[in-house]
Amino acid sequence: MHSWRRFTAFLAIAVIACLAIVMASIVSMAGQQTPAPAAATYRAPRTKDGKPDFNGIWQAMNNANWDIAPHNAERASLKIEAVIGALSAMPPGLGIVEGGVLPYLPAALKQRKENFEKRFAEDPEAKCYLPGVPRFIYMPFPFQIIQGTDHIAMVSEYKGALRDIYMNSTKKAPADSWMGWSNGKWDGETLVIDTTGFNDRSWFDRSGDFHSDALHVVERITAASPYHLNYEATIEDPQVFSKPFKISMPLYRRMEKNIELLEYRCVEYSEELIYGKYRKVPLQ
Amino acid sequence: MSHKFPVLIAGTLLTAAVVIGQQTPATRTPAAPASAGTSAKAPAPAATAKAPAAAKPWVTPRTPDGQPDLQGYWTNATYAPLERAPANVTANKLFFTKEEYDARVKQAALADEAQTTPGTTGDVHYDFTQFGLDKSQNPFAQDMRTSMITDPPDGRIPAQTAEGQKRGRDRTAAYRTAGGYNQVQDIVLGSRCIIYNPPPGPPMLPQGYNGNYQIIQSRDAVMILFEQIGDIRIIPLDNRPSPPLSVRNTMGISRGHWEGDTLVIETTNFDERPQGRNAALAGISDNFKLIERLKRTGEDTFDYEFTVSDPETFVKPWTASMPFTRIKGPIFEAACHEGNYGIEDTMKGARAADAAAAKKPGQ
Repeated sequence: MHSWRRFTAFLAIAVIACLAIVMASIVSMAGQQTPAPAAATYRAPRTKDGKPDFNGIWQAMNNANWDIAPHNAERASLKIEAVIGALSAMPPGLGIVEGGVLPYLPAALKQRKENFEKRFAEDPEAKCYLPGVPRFIYMPFPFQIIQGTDHIAMVSEYKGALRDIYMNSTKKAPADSWMGWSNGKWDGETLVIDTTGFNDRSWFDRSGDFHSDALHVVERITAASPYHLNYEATIEDPQVFSKPFKISMPLYRRMEKNIELLEYRCVEYSEELIYGKYRKVPLQ
Repeated sequence: MSHKFPVLIAGTLLTAAVVIGQQTPATRTPAAPASAGTSAKAPAPAATAKAPAAAKPWVTPRTPDGQPDLQGYWTNATYAPLERAPANVTANKLFFTKEEYDARVKQAALADEAQTTPGTTGDVHYDFTQFGLDKSQNPFAQDMRTSMITDPPDGRIPAQTAEGQKRGRDRTAAYRTAGGYNQVQDIVLGSRCIIYNPPPGPPMLPQGYNGNYQIIQSRDAVMILFEQIGDIRIIPLDNRPSPPLSVRNTMGISRGHWEGDTLVIETTNFDERPQGRNAALAGISDNFKLIERLKRTGEDTFDYEFTVSDPETFVKPWTASMPFTRIKGPIFEAACHEGNYGIEDTMKGARAADAAAAKKPGQ
């Protein structure tokens, strides 16, 4: 009995002491770090080899795939509207570009305008081509991160497109490709992906924003909570842009219990656009 | 070997034709008595383990999560036939002799190389041997078994139901008559880069060429990339239920779990499309269930076994196995549709032929 009471007293003192320490640290933290965003203090759960654990299915929640710059709603064309009505309209969006303007070189800006005019026929997405980078990230489809040992795979539900990220590798692209060649490394809480080796065929969005094969993308992905990642990328392409620019957005974890990627083999839905002109009997 | 047009034109078309040509005879041969053979699984390791085990025992490599590590680049290229030839069934012959095996490999390699007659239409094709893509110029398993099928023990695909036979016949006929070129949809899926012919599965059967895979593995999922068309399977390992059967994928929907050191994958929810293009599975119904088992057997190998269960098609389930062999990566992006000039040219050619025919006097 006696020892029990003594133990209880000890416990009470210990608890009070702990609380005091916690309170003090909260007060001092509040005093020191008022401007710091909550994300900066979040520490992601770890994989068994000690890396931040990004495994799971993620999706952007914005209208950047229509236009990465800030934009208003807009009509496709009366002709398209006559067939599918308001389904054809571009929804508005605040964009994902830092500063709101893409720093196009004059000739490139002209090209962008031409692309916009031809967007429904020429957008690589309409033809079910690989999305390129960074468009892969903010396509209106979920993508899955699978963290392997020497590779991190990102697989989009769109076309089942793969980004194979070589971790701690200095290999260079053996040839140009749609998705480029990605080398990744961990910088503390942040996954840094450096991608080069692109061809010049993918677009950034449905509005004709484009790049050349000199494109260089450096992405930084940091967990901000169990439910979202902060994504930012620096885009550099001296043949198209006068200076590098940044994009950023949160990526949200798809929380549905049964979420998984399904097959979206869009090739077959693109063929009439590409090969329809070769029909023996034109569609009515 | 005269190949004047080593270009991509009609490459996918030809590849599909070659593969079908190779595989069709397997199901065309008559069924054999189901008496021969021994234990279903015994031959596989014996066949794959070419070099006897060294004194130091090999230990299964593991991921940081402690799972057997299946990651890397692999091929299931092999010269073992899927089904045992009837003569070998009769003779209860489970393995080729070294001489027979070497002769088979040599003959197949020669066949790959000399597929066409110079100066004929057939010679206008994509010469995969010239690009070193054929099996014989790449790593392949030294598998001397007379069949990949281990069960039934006679190494033969079991008898098919009338319904299954009809499905198989109809699909094969549809495949063979495809290609009217009146519209792009007439052309077979593989040539249009929708899914490869034969499909990368599952089951993952050996390909005519480029049967290369990459596996990336996390704690809760295994990703398998198939090089051709860059098709990807993701196999969740968290025991989640399958979606309703109203949701179907061309490659099915897979669920995986570990049984000891074996990755066991169960796949259902197939759509009916690609199976018709694989001779062994030509009659398969869309309700078939596939079980696959992957187990590391050495530094550069894992064993792959699959069991097809489809009472609507086969009178009993059947099982086949093959080794996967490590290859040197990387696997490069296969932007098949993005560079599919073959379809454009084929369709253009068909319309040009129409125009020429219309102009011909007396027609």
